[in-house]
Amino acid sequence: MPIESINDFVVRFANVNGSGSASANQLFAKSVMRMGVPVAPRNIFPSNIQGLPTWYEVRISEAGHRGARGGTDMMVAMNPQTWDKDVASIEPGGYLFYDSSRPIQDSKFREDIVVLGLPLTNICNREFTDPRQRNLFKNVMYVGALAALLDMDMAEIEKLIAEQFRAKEKLIASNHKVLRMGYDIARETFQCPLPMRVRRADRVGDMIFVDGNTAGGLGAVYGGATVCAWYPITPSTSLAEAYERYCARLRVDPDTKKKKYAIVQAEDELASIGMVIGAGWNGSRAFTATSGPGISLMQEFLGLAYFAEIPAVLFDVQRGGPSTGMPTRTQQSDILLAAYASHGDTKHVLLFPEDPHETFEMGAQAFDLADRLQTPIFVMIDLDIGMNQHLCKPFKWDDTRAYDRGKVMSAADLDAAKDWGRYLDVDGDGIPYRTYPGTHPTKGVYFTRGTSRDRYARYTEEAAPYVDNMERLLHKFETAKTIVPQPVLTKAAKPTRLGVIYYGSTAPSMSEAADKLAAEGTHVDLLRVRAFPFSSEVTDFIAAHEQVFVVEQNRDAQLRTLLMAECSIDPAQLVPVLNFDGNPITARFISKAITDHVARMQARSPKVLS
Amino acid sequence: MSYLAKPKFHHPAIETNDLGFTHRDYEGSISTLCAGCGHDSISSAVMRACFELSLPPHRIAKLSGIGCSSKTPTYFLGQSHGFNSVHGRMPSVLTGANLANRDLIYLGVSGDGDSASIGFGQFAHSIRRGVNMVYIVENNGVYGLTKGQFSATSDQGSKSKRGVVNTDSAIDLVATALQLGATFVARSFSGDKTQLVPLIKAAIEHRGAAFIDCISPCVAFNNHEGSTKSFDYVRDHNAALNRLDFITGREPITAEYDPGTTQVVRMHDGSMIRLAKLGADYDVHDRIAAMNNLHTRQADGEIVTGLIYMADESSDLHDHLGTINQPLNELNAPELSPGAKTLESINAALR
Repeated sequence: MPIESINDFVVRFANVNGSGSASANQLFAKSVMRMGVPVAPRNIFPSNIQGLPTWYEVRISEAGHRGARGGTDMMVAMNPQTWDKDVASIEPGGYLFYDSSRPIQDSKFREDIVVLGLPLTNICNREFTDPRQRNLFKNVMYVGALAALLDMDMAEIEKLIAEQFRAKEKLIASNHKVLRMGYDIARETFQCPLPMRVRRADRVGDMIFVDGNTAGGLGAVYGGATVCAWYPITPSTSLAEAYERYCARLRVDPDTKKKKYAIVQAEDELASIGMVIGAGWNGSRAFTATSGPGISLMQEFLGLAYFAEIPAVLFDVQRGGPSTGMPTRTQQSDILLAAYASHGDTKHVLLFPEDPHETFEMGAQAFDLADRLQTPIFVMIDLDIGMNQHLCKPFKWDDTRAYDRGKVMSAADLDAAKDWGRYLDVDGDGIPYRTYPGTHPTKGVYFTRGTSRDRYARYTEEAAPYVDNMERLLHKFETAKTIVPQPVLTKAAKPTRLGVIYYGSTAPSMSEAADKLAAEGTHVDLLRVRAFPFSSEVTDFIAAHEQVFVVEQNRDAQLRTLLMAECSIDPAQLVPVLNFDGNPITARFISKAITDHVARMQARSPKVLS
Repeated sequence: MSYLAKPKFHHPAIETNDLGFTHRDYEGSISTLCAGCGHDSISSAVMRACFELSLPPHRIAKLSGIGCSSKTPTYFLGQSHGFNSVHGRMPSVLTGANLANRDLIYLGVSGDGDSASIGFGQFAHSIRRGVNMVYIVENNGVYGLTKGQFSATSDQGSKSKRGVVNTDSAIDLVATALQLGATFVARSFSGDKTQLVPLIKAAIEHRGAAFIDCISPCVAFNNHEGSTKSFDYVRDHNAALNRLDFITGREPITAEYDPGTTQVVRMHDGSMIRLAKLGADYDVHDRIAAMNNLHTRQADGEIVTGLIYMADESSDLHDHLGTINQPLNELNAPELSPGAKTLESINAALR
């Protein structure tokens, strides 16, 4: 039986990298969104510019599930290289749409799916002479065909094309023509629409459709970053580029055409973080965007910034392991690397946004936290948040908001102060007062070093001042717990002794999994951790539950390790649920892992759990 | 090293500069380097240069990496902000600091291990970018703090204190700086303060990347027979190109100079340097000739010192980036946040 579904299915596009399919696929996703139906697209791409396989998956979900679902209901198979695997991955009763210009043996198809072939290449070769157009228009043509098959609103697609090409009338007209051609041929060839289709709804509201790297770059603009030093690395590159793009629009003095920002593409990540630290030391808000390998290279400098107490912001767009290949896949595998970055005793503040909305918000907030705490702040996103477009709440800004520049002594403050020492803990919160170089002719000058200094920043190799300083830094870290973003608690409908801790891009799949589990009778309380160090709410939550699942996208249960180490939790109480194959975690995966574990628990001790 | 602090009192008629400071106001804490270390002479040249230029000490930022040379900023300009960063990475920290506040004077102090080995990349790229700074390498050809290993500027064939012959070819930081586009390149010798002080003054007044390679013998590990960085060797092979007089813009030039023997160079702030040419036909504005001269004389076993090259016109990283004149660290939410209304229109474009 062919799949019947309204507004709840997954379409996957199998393309060749560099064939111009990306914009057509995005056009498809955005058209569904314009029909008021939530979409969650994900790009699965190779480490390659042109020629290797790439996929684009669009989850259409009126219920608003934004996590990856797993499985494919309709495959748009445009890449012969991956045909066999693509066809095999379609759900029984699903649909295969393909380019039938070249004959394909019967054995290459399946009996239990609906096959929809259109000779797209032949039509394009017939209609167009320019080889580039022949290739590109094939993509727009399949969007037209899908519009007919899935009952999409052609007016919305046409409008999007017009917006995309803005004043280029000729391009708009030709794209409209090709779109309509695909639509008409599909209607002539097939019974349209299919039992699986899109229906206009009103579930998108004022939400925006944006990728996390764009949000992070914009957050840095609003957060007051004036210096950005970075080194290109997938998947973080587009964050620095977004910052540059928005700055060029929003931060140029209209009269002088001079820039209120400075961006340096450094020679490597060591230099990027060095520049960020130099700028932070000198009173500018500065950041870098990088990924795991970059954080690895920055280790020595991060220790210096921790000990010398210099504000810095790092966006870590996490990805799979070293070298090339997996790095174009998503993971949450830099948690421990970032939390304990560097030599000596160090600990760092990490923020875990769940989507682009929070990436903007925490991206801006990170600069306040860095200035307040005088330390590096890591904004931990990942490839899934950073490079995929997500439907999320619109960005918000309060014009009355002033930046929190932290404890900085002005020349007048220095004149009024009885006793100033760079590392004196005047307020009892572990945070000392700093000065910017050049503030006062005779006061507030100090020498910045890593360790080996007393409270007045005087050089010393004595043991006692070292210990005193290290303990103050620990005290400062305690203060951080109270000002970082607090966790978000979602109570189950019924009282339960099962809890789940999760963070970052796992959020949409986790909430979907919780719904699924509740429907099956397993209730779980949810705590979405939004920062490290963990506040007391996190330890209270663990204490209030017999078993707590810690859901993550890495092999080594890194956040669980952090919880065990920092909150002295019994490892037996924390059950790891781990997805680390490079694909975004799915609700199916999470709910199965939890269901299986609960079944094992019940087999051991039948009466324990509700 | 001495551990006795100099008394604070001084002669009532001690010389003061335009700001009313004496040279004592430019001192730092007591040096912990070995007695007789060339680096201490460089520190005193820096102090002298800043004193003579009447620079307000608090408007100078001194940054360094790690090593004997990088320890020296503690021993001069005690009223300036200092930053002892990590090994080989002073250039990036200085670059960032300079981006944040273009109005301070930046003094980068480094050594041959710091700049020619671990930090060779950062040295190169900060020069390439034209960061407005004075970059001084206190070059002794040896790792002092770790007790006597060869550095990358040790000449091939030179001997370590233990008699080991260096087989690797040397990195010439002056030749490298010229190639990388430094707009002010000089070499000097810690034992020649009359040459070094005006060079530092000119480098400070220069806009852009000013590089000074200062050979500074290590009395503990590299001052023996067979070393090419010893006091004796450098004195014997020093080939000074010119003698400098630094003249601030306030003093009119009255004397007439013979263009064959003297070159007067105007700095961007209006001050002048008067160069007494020691060799015939050496034009400090000719980069290619400078490179040629350097290599030719080096092949003859000479160590070329003096002002080797200065660009006619120079610019710095801020010029290249087109940043505003006001220091970026003075900007706050009113200047930096585009505001809620703009954000609304950004949201609208993302629907």
